[in-house]
Amino acid sequence: MTSKGTGVSIIGVGMTQFGECWDKGLRELMAEAGVKAIIDAGVDGPDIDAVYGGNMSGGRLSGQEHIGALISDQSGLTPIPATRVEAACASGGLALRQAILSIMAGEHDIVIAGGVEKMNDVGMSQVTTTLGGAADTDWEAAFGATFPALYAMMAKRHMHEYGTTEEQMAAVAVKNHENGAKNPYAQYPFEITIEKVMKSSPIATPLKLFDCSPVTDGAAAVILARDDVAKKYSDSPIKILSSAQASDALALHDRASLTELRAAKFAAKKAYDRAGVTSKDIDLAEVHDCFTIAEILAIEDLGFFPKGQGGPASAEGKTKRTGEIPINTSGGLKACGHPVGATGIKQAVEISWQLRGEAGGRQLENPEIGLSHNVGGSGATCVVHIYSK
Amino acid sequence: MAGIVGYGAYVPRLRIKSGEIASIWNEDPDRISKGLLIEEKTVPNIDEDCITIASQTAKDAVRMAAIDPQRIGAIYVGSESHPYAVKSSAATVAEYINAVPNVMAADLEFACKAGTAGMQIALSLVKSKMVEYAMGIGADTSQGRPGDALEYSAAAGGAAYLMGDKNVIAEINDTCTFTTDTPDFWRREGEEFPRHAGRFTGEPAYFKHSQGSAKLIMEKCSTCVEDYDYFVFHQPNGKFPLALAKRLGVPKEKVMPGLLVTRIGNTYSGATPLGLAATLDIAKAGDRILAVSYGSGSGSDAFDITVTDELSKARERGGKPLEYYISKKEYVTYGQYAKLRKKLKGI
Repeated sequence: MTSKGTGVSIIGVGMTQFGECWDKGLRELMAEAGVKAIIDAGVDGPDIDAVYGGNMSGGRLSGQEHIGALISDQSGLTPIPATRVEAACASGGLALRQAILSIMAGEHDIVIAGGVEKMNDVGMSQVTTTLGGAADTDWEAAFGATFPALYAMMAKRHMHEYGTTEEQMAAVAVKNHENGAKNPYAQYPFEITIEKVMKSSPIATPLKLFDCSPVTDGAAAVILARDDVAKKYSDSPIKILSSAQASDALALHDRASLTELRAAKFAAKKAYDRAGVTSKDIDLAEVHDCFTIAEILAIEDLGFFPKGQGGPASAEGKTKRTGEIPINTSGGLKACGHPVGATGIKQAVEISWQLRGEAGGRQLENPEIGLSHNVGGSGATCVVHIYSK
Repeated sequence: MAGIVGYGAYVPRLRIKSGEIASIWNEDPDRISKGLLIEEKTVPNIDEDCITIASQTAKDAVRMAAIDPQRIGAIYVGSESHPYAVKSSAATVAEYINAVPNVMAADLEFACKAGTAGMQIALSLVKSKMVEYAMGIGADTSQGRPGDALEYSAAAGGAAYLMGDKNVIAEINDTCTFTTDTPDFWRREGEEFPRHAGRFTGEPAYFKHSQGSAKLIMEKCSTCVEDYDYFVFHQPNGKFPLALAKRLGVPKEKVMPGLLVTRIGNTYSGATPLGLAATLDIAKAGDRILAVSYGSGSGSDAFDITVTDELSKARERGGKPLEYYISKKEYVTYGQYAKLRKKLKGI
């Protein structure tokens, strides 16, 4: 990626309703999103060269492994290569990246990148344990640390170091619900108040129920094509300016800092450099708000606000649709939902809709450049993509 | 036509407020009581269980019917808190009301609809003329794991219905059931507390089945919502039955007389039978009632009932009206509640 841009564009997007999809299984969800993206792109099945599917835990949540082949089978795309990509909650973003790389490598012309997670078929304790596998099983999960607990520690430290308040974190949830209320695909399409967040059930102090993203079923898919091929199918392809990925220690206690995700900072820097832009050029971003504190960390790590200023910026409305840098116009993980393997792809779908001017009631005024930030675990993987019209 | 010839209803005197439970778990009391629409719930005293509740209500049902209990040919007790895993609650109740020994007796379990299932079986035996009188009872002292959402609702109470075909106080025009294998809430053998699948207990479970049986019975009886004066729905919390009423197009005032959950909590197998008892306590001759239970696992029983002019006379013979037991109350603290419900271990 020495020249600016990846030479890959998104020519079609699709997603399922996010939520508790009691009447749809893993395969129905992935097929629905894939078909929607294929129809949106106007490509024919035989035009597609390969498929990459993000999925964190089909095995434990649905008893189904071998997701790659399942996707090509259910979508009628056999015998093309089909690959499952797993990086916990960043599985979707990483599937997108692998698909992009396969086109950049010259192996494929048109690739489908999807993400799916079916989380509501098992009990809550099994979901919690399964998600715990995204942390360090031996040194965190084995001692009882769940994800809310890990992020609660990060929140506590951020509060200690920078004076961030619970009300500022609540403002993130309120803003994301405000956006989600305008997203017909959102799991929770309704507005909430600071008071509602503050009075919600304690989960892991200082995080309360409304600071946490939900358990969600859903799938999303995008069709990618090499730029010259993309022009044949779409008048408004979304260019991928850059794709970057970084990793960090799996366990929180092995990190240099609790108040920043080093992987996010590395990936963001690479993504900006490769795209030839800075954080000031970004018109909107979909960030990984698995907890409200995670969005505050994200908008600091991505350089939208100085370290420690994410809380006040959120409370002052700077991340609203009308603010300096609109964050999570989809409603984010909090209001739109978080089917873990699908989230990274859903972020790309939302950015595409916004850049195409097709985001309905939550449409921003003529955005040019968008960014997505997808985190795995408590920050051990981060994938950042930058998009433009 | 066969139907109800007598009924009895009871809830324990002890109560705990939702706010008292909420304060133990650092929850906002106001949000909990408004969210679930449950102000307080009944708590069984140290000497109360499913059998004592069933026995008391059975006695009142016989008293109301003013019949010789020896003419009762069958007794079914539906509950998910039978004191014994193996040994019949129904036999104890039969003995208590002196219906033994020539009586069929059995315990039933179908989550919260075991009571109405017993009523259906009792009615069938009467209609088939296998027995002269038969009784179906729903009674529970239900369990909720400390800290679980169920703890705010799991309550105690029950009602008994004696079926016959002479001097009927409320004719049962028809009954039907909507059943599917839907695992939304369960308690496995040997487990102390039930488990549930969160919001899965709503849409694909409670609503699908309750709506299903309500529609089924109206189809069978060629009736519509306007034909009924009262509706009784299973009431695990205050929100569900009101939302169900809205979906079916039932005006709130037709539901309120049978909506007890806000004041007594979810009495599980006792819930629909108690809601029906509260409605019968105020109904007049000619009133038509649609009663719908729901049991996890899942099924919903619906009953199309018409009150006869025998009811007002019968009420004078029966036990105390349910409202008497609901208004007569004494509050306990969470500590007393934990002791009474055997949530304290090691004593």
